[in-house]
Amino acid sequence: MLEVRAVSKTFHPGTPNEVRSLRGVNLELAEGSWVIIIGTNGSGKSTLLNAVAGTFLVDDGKIRLAGRDVTRWPEHERAALIGRVFQNPFSGTSPSLTIRENLSLAARRGCGRGLGWGLNASLVARMRDEVSRLNMGLEDRLENAIGSLSGGQRQALTLLMATWLRPELLLLDEHTAALDPRSADLVIALTEHVIARDKLTTLMVTHSMHQAASLGDRLIMMHRGQIIHDFQGAAKRRLRPDDLLARFEEVRRAEQLDESAAQMLAEQYV
Amino acid sequence: MSLLIGTFTIGCILSLLALGVFISFRIFAFPDITADGSVTLGASVAATLLIHGVSPPLASLAGFLAGTLAGACTGTLHTRFKINPLLSGILVMTALYSVNLHVMGKSNVPLLSVNTLATQSEQIGVKIMRGATSFNLAGWDVTVRDASVLGAVALAVVVTGLLLYFFLHTNLGMAMRATGDNVQMIRALGVNDGNMIVFGLAISNGMVALSGALLAQYQGFADVGMGIGMVVWGLASVIIGEALVGTNQVGMTIIGAVMGSVLFRLLVAAALRWGLSPNDLKLITAGFVFCALIVPQFLRKKKLGSAHA
Repeated sequence: MLEVRAVSKTFHPGTPNEVRSLRGVNLELAEGSWVIIIGTNGSGKSTLLNAVAGTFLVDDGKIRLAGRDVTRWPEHERAALIGRVFQNPFSGTSPSLTIRENLSLAARRGCGRGLGWGLNASLVARMRDEVSRLNMGLEDRLENAIGSLSGGQRQALTLLMATWLRPELLLLDEHTAALDPRSADLVIALTEHVIARDKLTTLMVTHSMHQAASLGDRLIMMHRGQIIHDFQGAAKRRLRPDDLLARFEEVRRAEQLDESAAQMLAEQYV
Repeated sequence: MSLLIGTFTIGCILSLLALGVFISFRIFAFPDITADGSVTLGASVAATLLIHGVSPPLASLAGFLAGTLAGACTGTLHTRFKINPLLSGILVMTALYSVNLHVMGKSNVPLLSVNTLATQSEQIGVKIMRGATSFNLAGWDVTVRDASVLGAVALAVVVTGLLLYFFLHTNLGMAMRATGDNVQMIRALGVNDGNMIVFGLAISNGMVALSGALLAQYQGFADVGMGIGMVVWGLASVIIGEALVGTNQVGMTIIGAVMGSVLFRLLVAAALRWGLSPNDLKLITAGFVFCALIVPQFLRKKKLGSAHA
């Protein structure tokens, strides 16, 4: 389904701000798998998602999606295959357009856009139906501008938009991190429902160890632009939040060891 | 009375300019100075064609198309070559000055002896009135010429406004609105945002040029300097219109821009009648837009301040 081969990306190369965000990442996703990505800050997890989505072109390596080599495709062309939900609830919707208009934009993801009327009766009927299933009372407010909604409502709608046409790949980038706990639970329940219903192949970045342990069927941990752990099958099912915290602690210790070792060497030999 | 009708007519003609500025400024948040050149471009293309005997509707359409080309140039400079929006507009506007001189062959083309949309609508008006040259409207003497020109211009504005309204609700139009609103989202939904900007600026400048073509035919000449300050004029109309309708709904903002343009022209006419020197007109307009831009910020600060107290 998704195949990431030896992908590297360096931002601001040759400047003091040089960041090697991805260092030869390899990842292969089976059809219908739900992979959780965790990692420390700056470990490259969001960068990996953006590389797949085409927000930037990678320096090295190949990305194949649904049997096609998309490495050189611009972002808007890859969008035909990919549904996305962003961390910021403001990123996924167009605030001055109404709920209906936002959904109708999503209903043509990756299709051409011509002079056809944006809203037809059957589309609006399906909108009422799908939106009422969110249980947020939004089905009677379809003509309100999205800018008037809360972050949780917007994020639920963004998820609906991302999966309106079944995407080959769903990318979730810490999509509950900016929400209050209740809204986050709602959006997670909705996420589980949609992924199970449409058997979506999903890459999900999260900060929540609870989500990381309870969701998905595979978990990878990133550090400094590389994948350092990959739990699948039974190993993933056995994982508890504490295990994950322990792994983070390991990473932190290893890092400290590196630094103190470097300092010792410097004192002795320089 | 003739003066009042004339004011309304110019207000209507310039409302097409206001709608164009509405597209670039409000939908794309793109400060598009190209409009200063497109007004003249539309006027000069239409005037030159009229002198060569082309029919007025066709000449006006050619003016519109020339404007779309100018807008597409600005859009391409910005999206393909990553030039700052303001600078892209300035480059095209400056280039248009020479283009306009080339099109006209001189700096001013009079249209007094040729057939224009104004003379055509006058002929239709006279036919409707069975040969009368003036009629009585609520105690005022109105010439058929003035009334029929105003009628034709108002019709053009209504048709253009409706077309724009419908366009902004098509799949393409909605994608354009969303592009100005949230680029990240519209890319994630598979839209090439660069193309949207090029296309949107083309439509915007097409309408601005059409407004210039109509203005030239109404006032009876095209002049190379007639576009100076037109962007600010359009912006003033849009801002007044937003204050009048007070909502963000597409239909209402279109109506607002038209109303704002007419009202602004009325205000200017009144000020000129009370003895404002025409030389000060652009200074006053700029000052007005300055105030309209900072007053909302000022009010918000004051509101915040009182909320904290």
